[in-house]
Amino acid sequence: MRIVVAMSGGVDSSVAAALLAEQGHDVIGVSMQLYDQGQTTVSGQKAFGTCCTIDDLYDARRVAATIGIPHYIVNFESQFGEHVVSNFVREYVAGRTPIPCSHCNSELKFAELLDRARAYDADQLATGHYARIEQDASGRYHLHRGADNSKDQTYFLFSLTQRQLARATFPVGHLDKDTVRAHAHRLKLGVASKPDSQEICFVPDGDYAAFVERQAPAALRAGTVVDGEGRVLGMHGGVHRFTIGQRKGLGLSTSEPLYVLAIKPDEAQVVVGSKDALGRTALTAATVNWVSGIAPSAWLPITAQIRHRHAAAPARVRATDEGRVELEFDTPQTAVTPGQAVVFYNGDEVLGGGWID
Amino acid sequence: MRIYLDHNATTPLDPLVADRMALAMREVWGNASSVHHFGQQAKAALDEARGAVASFMGADASEIVFTAGGTESDNLAIRGAAEALEPGGRRHLITSAIEHEAVLNTMKALARRGWRVTILAVDASGVVSPDRLREAITDDTALVSVMHANNEIGTIQPIAALAAIAHERGALFHTDAVQSAGKLPLDMTSLGVDLASIAGHKFYGPKGTGALWLKRGVRLVPPASGGKQERNRRAGTENVPALVGLGVAADVAQRKLASEGPRLGALRDRLEAGILTTVTGSERNGAASPRTPNTTNLSIARVESESLLIGLDLAGIAVSSGSACSSGTLEPSHVLKAMGLSHGRTLGSIRFSLGAATTDADIDRVIEVLPPLVEKLRSLTTVGGRK
Repeated sequence: MRIVVAMSGGVDSSVAAALLAEQGHDVIGVSMQLYDQGQTTVSGQKAFGTCCTIDDLYDARRVAATIGIPHYIVNFESQFGEHVVSNFVREYVAGRTPIPCSHCNSELKFAELLDRARAYDADQLATGHYARIEQDASGRYHLHRGADNSKDQTYFLFSLTQRQLARATFPVGHLDKDTVRAHAHRLKLGVASKPDSQEICFVPDGDYAAFVERQAPAALRAGTVVDGEGRVLGMHGGVHRFTIGQRKGLGLSTSEPLYVLAIKPDEAQVVVGSKDALGRTALTAATVNWVSGIAPSAWLPITAQIRHRHAAAPARVRATDEGRVELEFDTPQTAVTPGQAVVFYNGDEVLGGGWID
Repeated sequence: MRIYLDHNATTPLDPLVADRMALAMREVWGNASSVHHFGQQAKAALDEARGAVASFMGADASEIVFTAGGTESDNLAIRGAAEALEPGGRRHLITSAIEHEAVLNTMKALARRGWRVTILAVDASGVVSPDRLREAITDDTALVSVMHANNEIGTIQPIAALAAIAHERGALFHTDAVQSAGKLPLDMTSLGVDLASIAGHKFYGPKGTGALWLKRGVRLVPPASGGKQERNRRAGTENVPALVGLGVAADVAQRKLASEGPRLGALRDRLEAGILTTVTGSERNGAASPRTPNTTNLSIARVESESLLIGLDLAGIAVSSGSACSSGTLEPSHVLKAMGLSHGRTLGSIRFSLGAATTDADIDRVIEVLPPLVEKLRSLTTVGGRK
């Protein structure tokens, strides 16, 4: 079978490619160049971070040479800018906290790159995600958490459709990270000991606020930090610097710790309060995808995850308008954050998800 | 079977070149500057190579400076001539918009150091017009550098006419002949230039070899300082085995030129016509003539050359878009841009450059593979359903 592997230069996608090649598949490595590294600094100097940089493309190329597969770099800079970076900036300016990785998966990897793979007569597109795809007797595809729950990445894959799942494969999804690294050592891949990437790739220094300020200086305005009664406690330099549940960097000196409870971009207001005020039981979400392709007609008991590092909590969900849901947790959850995804699970199976309003 | 149609990027070593180099690597290891037997042996090998390159360029052996390639030859010519002419007060340089980066970026580097640099526009056919040069040139002009044949589209520039204009105003004329060497007869006298660059690997010689021809009497101040090799014009111990290869390649190319030119021209014309008639929305970029016989550059509407290149490579056909140096970027070709082509047309451009191993069957294969690949790339609608 001809399989295109999206190679980031990291250990997971490298091992994914190597395992497929070892199984005798006709494997083609493809790395996406997503942005001009030269644009990531303001000083005019070209600076290189630690993810998705020239170094990573080099690593991917070295791995491809080691396992003896062709490797190509495809330039998706314009698509990445349009679908991922601009959304990231827009969301922060709107007082929301975005997840660019999800958009990259749905708009680039499993759209543009999958298309390329089809054009090159590939049957499947493989990635290094920790997730598993199963097909039932009726032919329907199911998406499950990676076997290594600590590395599970299904939270970023909730938007996959049946058509995309039919063409996707996750060769390391049934492995744990240690086993993946062991394979990398066994196969003598240069990236075997490379650290996991942590940050959002196009903001290698992790300073999202500074990135947003460089990208959208005109959209930013200073505002006030207020308490639940609207009393002004301080000033801030822009709502993009805050996320729900944030405690540090509020610029306040109070006896009890205060947390960001809400962000009101129209008034440039950040509302803070005590930790117990952070809990919420209900939320609504938009642009919902149901992996099966069918939205449930009544309240459905599930567990729901509201950020990458959140333990899915018991809840019930029901479809409302087109592409929308309302969801109620059994117990209050801390920091329900607009812009983040809510992903619905049945056990370890992903039922779907959407973007929190 | 893989088909290689990227000979303007580089060529494989001619087998005779490889044999003679292998022998020289083992046997001719002396330093050509040494007085003793070993040095004399190396010097003799260099002299033989120099004679072959001189004959290949229609020049005298004393006028040939060996370098490590086309880029170095261009730098030596432009920087060396500029520095030599600077004390005379000439502070103006002229080049064209379709030069190789070895020339363009050297000119830009000199511009940052205070030289006035004029970059001549080209017309839609990719030709530098002598009238443009006449308008741009002044008594202050030190050097004009215009390439002999373009690497991306193959157009041959009116070098003799351009050089005559430069000489009327007392300026030197350099031509980057890297893409014409081995494809067109080279005769320095009839070209009428003062300096010319060639690179061995474009005509079945080794990479890392090149030559600069400079007319007797032309003075250079070489950018690299060191020993007195190459008559004080290029310091550093000569890479004798590689230069032996350059000499053999020049010899072979000269012998084959008369038959290879027409053969490749016929194959190229068949390839071009085949694509233009079978692929809808395909157009030739640049003038059909005069052109290097092995080159055709086409734009294919509604596909990106990056996808085409990968698709063709997976089908065993190696081609390129623009110059090899620009792959990995989506920068549209500066050559096609200078010709005034639309952005879309530059992004869908693809270059076929034929060579010694190209056969009729190769051309048939391309004409068979390309149209369905183009259709497939055009028909993509995303699985994600976004488009």
